[in-house]
Amino acid sequence: MARYQNMFTQIQLRGPLEAGPPLRDSSFTRTGEGFYSYWLGKLGAAQVGPVYLGTLGMASLIFAFLSFEIIGLNMWASVNWDPIQFVRQLPWLALEPPGPQWGFKLFVPLAQGGWWQIAGFCMTVSLLLWWLRTFRRARALGMGTHVAWAFAAAILLILTLGFIRPMLMGSWAEAVPFGIFPHLDWTAAFSIRYGNLFYNPFHCLSIAFLYGSTLLFAMHGATILAVGRYGGEREIEQITDRGTASERAALFWRWTMGFNATMESIHRWAWWFAVLTPLTGAIGILLTGTVVDNWYLWAVMHGYAPSYPGTGVIDPATLPGAPQ
Amino acid sequence: MNQFPTRIGVFAVVGLSAALLGGCEFGPKQTTQTGHRGTGMDQIVAVNYRAKQAAIPPEPYPLPPDGGPTAAESYQNVKVLGNVSKERFDHLMAEMSQWVAPETEGCNYCHNPENLASDEKYTKVVARRMLQMTQTINAQWSPHVKQTGVTCYTCHRGQPVPANKWAMADAMPASMSILGNKRGQNSPSPEVGFTSLPYDPFTQFLVVPQQIRVAGSDPFPQPNHVVSIKDTEMTYALMMHMSSALGVNCTFCHNTQSFRAWNLSTPPRGTAYYGIRMVRDINETYLASLQNVFPNNRKGPHGDVYKVNCTTCHQGVSKPLGGVSMIAQAPALKGPTLAPAAAASPVTAAAATDAVAAEQTPLGEPAVMTAQQ
Repeated sequence: MARYQNMFTQIQLRGPLEAGPPLRDSSFTRTGEGFYSYWLGKLGAAQVGPVYLGTLGMASLIFAFLSFEIIGLNMWASVNWDPIQFVRQLPWLALEPPGPQWGFKLFVPLAQGGWWQIAGFCMTVSLLLWWLRTFRRARALGMGTHVAWAFAAAILLILTLGFIRPMLMGSWAEAVPFGIFPHLDWTAAFSIRYGNLFYNPFHCLSIAFLYGSTLLFAMHGATILAVGRYGGEREIEQITDRGTASERAALFWRWTMGFNATMESIHRWAWWFAVLTPLTGAIGILLTGTVVDNWYLWAVMHGYAPSYPGTGVIDPATLPGAPQ
Repeated sequence: MNQFPTRIGVFAVVGLSAALLGGCEFGPKQTTQTGHRGTGMDQIVAVNYRAKQAAIPPEPYPLPPDGGPTAAESYQNVKVLGNVSKERFDHLMAEMSQWVAPETEGCNYCHNPENLASDEKYTKVVARRMLQMTQTINAQWSPHVKQTGVTCYTCHRGQPVPANKWAMADAMPASMSILGNKRGQNSPSPEVGFTSLPYDPFTQFLVVPQQIRVAGSDPFPQPNHVVSIKDTEMTYALMMHMSSALGVNCTFCHNTQSFRAWNLSTPPRGTAYYGIRMVRDINETYLASLQNVFPNNRKGPHGDVYKVNCTTCHQGVSKPLGGVSMIAQAPALKGPTLAPAAAASPVTAAAATDAVAAEQTPLGEPAVMTAQQ
């Protein structure tokens, strides 16, 4: 039987578990010694653990748990603690933000959105603590902090949706509910309220970076897999050698599209595309309702909404004597 | 040995595909382009799920010619149809019995057989008000019902109480407890197409005239246009109701480029505009006036009378009863005001202006094309 030859994940090494370098500047040790998992080895490294949780990690998990529980228990209470209805209706259930009558009041009664505020606060704290953890762990390993800053871009979008923009608008009711269908309906309603978000240029940019990210991911993943038979995953060390996986990969793209990324630049491209997706998205969200109220009319004003022949239908409300 | 993971893989792929396809609607689709190319203006109908053509009941007996003594001269206590000839009045009564009354009761559903003129049964009082309502709909709401008109059968379909009606869903929307509190939404409700949108957009929009439009008429924020996302969800819920009531998608009325812009919308949006106002008129002027007439078992869980929405007449099709007009066999329902007073009626006057093809507004002038009243 023909077999696909690749050095990736084909052979699972078994031996003494890798404990990692000694920890510096830490109050905890790594938890456990780790173990091997055959099935996880099919996806990535077969060794699981040891994990370093530390103060920040534990604090983050506690806040994440609090947030998760508050959301879940509120949803469960909304079906009168009926476990069957909780499961059946789960996609519809939600923890809603305070209504427009509360403005941006800091302490809203619990049943009127106060629980949403607490859940949002716990989620935010959990995210920020986990961010600090990725930053500090990267430093402890002597790495750059690229992961932390990419994560920060995502956190910025979350905070923009749930806190910064509602603050600028002076109303919690602008924020996203916690819930599976409810947050999707919120998204559609948001676009309808602000006159079609597709005409928001930052929404356009965000989509371009999102699709660009998938394209780059596919190109890069495919290239490295394609030269895996020459050890392509050992990128940097063979970068300049003639006939290596690196050179073949570079030649492939230069022949097919005349230009190739380098083994280093491709990762910068990918990082920036990924980071700019939530970053431009957040700018687009931030401008909506605060600076621009109707994106379609804004696009018409700037001559960038395509014009189609009108249908000649007029608003009955403008006719004399029509019912309002 | 090597077969094992392969089999698991095959099972996983087949299972996952089945699970993903589970959300699809199978069966043939019929698509019709309804607008300019590139705008996505089309109607997609799942042929197998299309609402069935409603049966049109045969006339109880052929419509007698007009003339002869009037109902007022022949009977007592005739308050609405007094000017109708006795022969046609009798014909309409036979039709109403067929269209509305339960088969077992017939005339006696509304009348005391010992004294037909008596108002002792509440159903007779309701029926009289409904006759006035039907006449008003046919005479004054022609921008919505056009020349097709409506009869009792449009809603009742042989039932004493129309199958599709609504009453307030929540007595106390702003409860101070989270227990059983869905905040008026987040329930799989067929009223709003099984979305998590507010399940009772009717109380807010179909009784009192409350602003449905949410998008601004100005590109930039205006202090007099503050509409929250929650308000938008309420409007969205009403639109979901209209969509499922008529068995159409959004583009039946709107161009999704701008839901707001009228000159990108289709003519049915104008028809729907009058429909919403007509439903308000029905609910406020006619059904709410019967609050003290209906017994408790004919009221909703919170004590308000049952009211109408788009589904009451439409029942899944864009033209109720498939567009079949039954008004010719019940001419008395056209209403006495139709011919002479039509022009004086503000609604019909506006519709006449509507019919004049408006000159096309240039797309480059946003303020003109979406101007708010």
